[in-house]
Amino acid sequence: MNDTTKPPSDARRAFLSQLGLAATYTGAVAGLGALGVAQESSAKSKSSAATESFPTPDYDWTKHQWAFGVDATKCIGCLRCVEACKRENGVAGDAHHFRTWVERYVYLEGETRARVDSHHDPVNIEASGSEGEYRFANRYKDAKVEKAFFVPKLCNHCTHPPCVQVCPVGATYRTEDGVVLIDHDYCIGCRYCVQACPYGARLFNEEQGVSDKCTWCYHRITKGLQPACVEVCPVGARVFGDLNDKQSPISLFVRNNRVQVLRPESGNAPNVFYVGIDKEVV
Amino acid sequence: METLVHAAPFTGYVYPNETIIPWTVLIVVYPYLTGLVAGAFTVSSMYQVFGMERFKPVAHLALLTSLCCMLVVPMPLLLHLGHPERALNSMITPHWTSAFAIFGYAAGFYVILLILETWFVYRPFIVQQAQAGKRPLRWFYQLLSLGSYDLSQKAMSYDRKWIFTLAVIGIPAAHGLHGYIGFVFGSLKAREWWSSDLMPLVFLFSAIISGTALLIVIYVLSCRLRKVPVDLPCLKGMAYALWGFMMFTLLLEGVEFASLVYRGREGIEIIMEYVRGPLLITFFVLQFCVGSVIPLTLLSYMIWRGTSGRALVAGVTTCATLVLFAVLMMRWNVVIGGQEIAKTGKGLVDYQPTIGGREGLLAAASLVVMPLILLSLAVKLFPPWEKRLTPSPETNAS
Repeated sequence: MNDTTKPPSDARRAFLSQLGLAATYTGAVAGLGALGVAQESSAKSKSSAATESFPTPDYDWTKHQWAFGVDATKCIGCLRCVEACKRENGVAGDAHHFRTWVERYVYLEGETRARVDSHHDPVNIEASGSEGEYRFANRYKDAKVEKAFFVPKLCNHCTHPPCVQVCPVGATYRTEDGVVLIDHDYCIGCRYCVQACPYGARLFNEEQGVSDKCTWCYHRITKGLQPACVEVCPVGARVFGDLNDKQSPISLFVRNNRVQVLRPESGNAPNVFYVGIDKEVV
Repeated sequence: METLVHAAPFTGYVYPNETIIPWTVLIVVYPYLTGLVAGAFTVSSMYQVFGMERFKPVAHLALLTSLCCMLVVPMPLLLHLGHPERALNSMITPHWTSAFAIFGYAAGFYVILLILETWFVYRPFIVQQAQAGKRPLRWFYQLLSLGSYDLSQKAMSYDRKWIFTLAVIGIPAAHGLHGYIGFVFGSLKAREWWSSDLMPLVFLFSAIISGTALLIVIYVLSCRLRKVPVDLPCLKGMAYALWGFMMFTLLLEGVEFASLVYRGREGIEIIMEYVRGPLLITFFVLQFCVGSVIPLTLLSYMIWRGTSGRALVAGVTTCATLVLFAVLMMRWNVVIGGQEIAKTGKGLVDYQPTIGGREGLLAAASLVVMPLILLSLAVKLFPPWEKRLTPSPETNAS
């Protein structure tokens, strides 16, 4: 589970885990018999806590029910969320691996179907000058735009996740507090889950040979922080919180708006609630 | 502008993560090989279980073919896995809601069953070689005999009971194994191209025709190499089986495609665009026309005209080769096709296989050839054409 809740800095983690290891050995050498064992186990737990990774000492996952809200009417397509997510979670810095991404929907005058694009579109890659930087090209500047909006996308952390259903080894699971996670130390890398997700939210980490996905920054939310994408959103288009807390931002968001979910007919029961999306949104 | 990864080109709108095709050509090879296993086993069972005497010349060859293919089946999966060393996790902690969780057990069970049946079938030969063969191979057969040299009437009748029982269990096992692979695809609601109740059946029937076709080709080729005449009733029998099962396969595929189009659910426009575009060559031309209509017409013509002799051998072998190709294309069109139609229902991805590499075309081709290499070795050690040593089917069927 630790893998899914990686702290921002791998270097720091490596250093601290070495520190923990050193403490373990010190304990083992210094102590004798039961004393040694006791020191070893305390060093281990200290190491885990010291790296600030899950399990957070006083976090009780039965007391929370996390959910996410997206107000598409507010999104300005600045893509800070995408960059923050990539940095926070160490997602591959190219235009084909995303834990979260933003889609642009544009209706041109006289057209009934929206034109949709995102960061992997060659025009957008060219505009940013690199696959590692994300920007929406000003490609419709000469056209008459009738309606246009952005839709942030991420894992829907479904109540009935098809990705969890198909995992042959149980490496991916839904936590008590409503987050779908992957145990990177147990995933065999078969990519069945990538196929099963109808939202295209799962990706494959070729470097590690395992599937990957949005965790709602589980390593942050279990410490009372916001997911990185929510934290950096300058317009409040992304809302996160605990549904068990009736005054939380997400509870208010769901209560005060008429919210929608993506592909409700799939039976997956998503937990990312949208406001201001359109029939064309997939 | 730098390109960081080898991503598939696309048209329309596809999710950014979809530009990395998750299942490559190796996953095309995987159901193809499994299908050959099931098909070859079916032919073997026609003799071992149903006592169809005309299939006797290929019964043992079919069993060996099935075994050789089955031994290679896990290879594409292992090559494909991000962590092949964790492959056994699915057997240690199977996650039962996954259609894939039982693969390890099913495949393991089936390999054991095939080895056992092959052992019983070849026991008279093994014993004979263990006693009279040349060293050092003799030691090999002595080891294989497991110390039992008893070829008495009683022992042989006991063996035949085992062969019959294993073959009977093997039929649902082989077909179940392959049908379930169809379920692996058919049960996924995320992909409209796969999501079909008929998928297991389509896989199963195409498996039977591919296995039968493979046997036809191998049998005719082996007769050429051994310079012995082809047993025409046997070849005709396999041609009939091929013809009959092809009818079912085409019917099922037709019904599946028709219902997909007729239901016309969300995303059907892009599916039709795909069918009329990229699928035109691989499906309509290669799989349907070249691989199905031509062999079916040719087979029908030969059956109608009562073709015999060399013309029959040439005709049936040609048909079988085309069918083998058609089924490979069918696997391609299902596995790759499903992933080329984007989940957005608004775009198409263009899978471009690499030549080399772990998941490249060369690796895939090697895996398709590997069972044939194994088989050429197996027929040296266990000649499937030793008629005098084969148990009689009459008692099997009783």
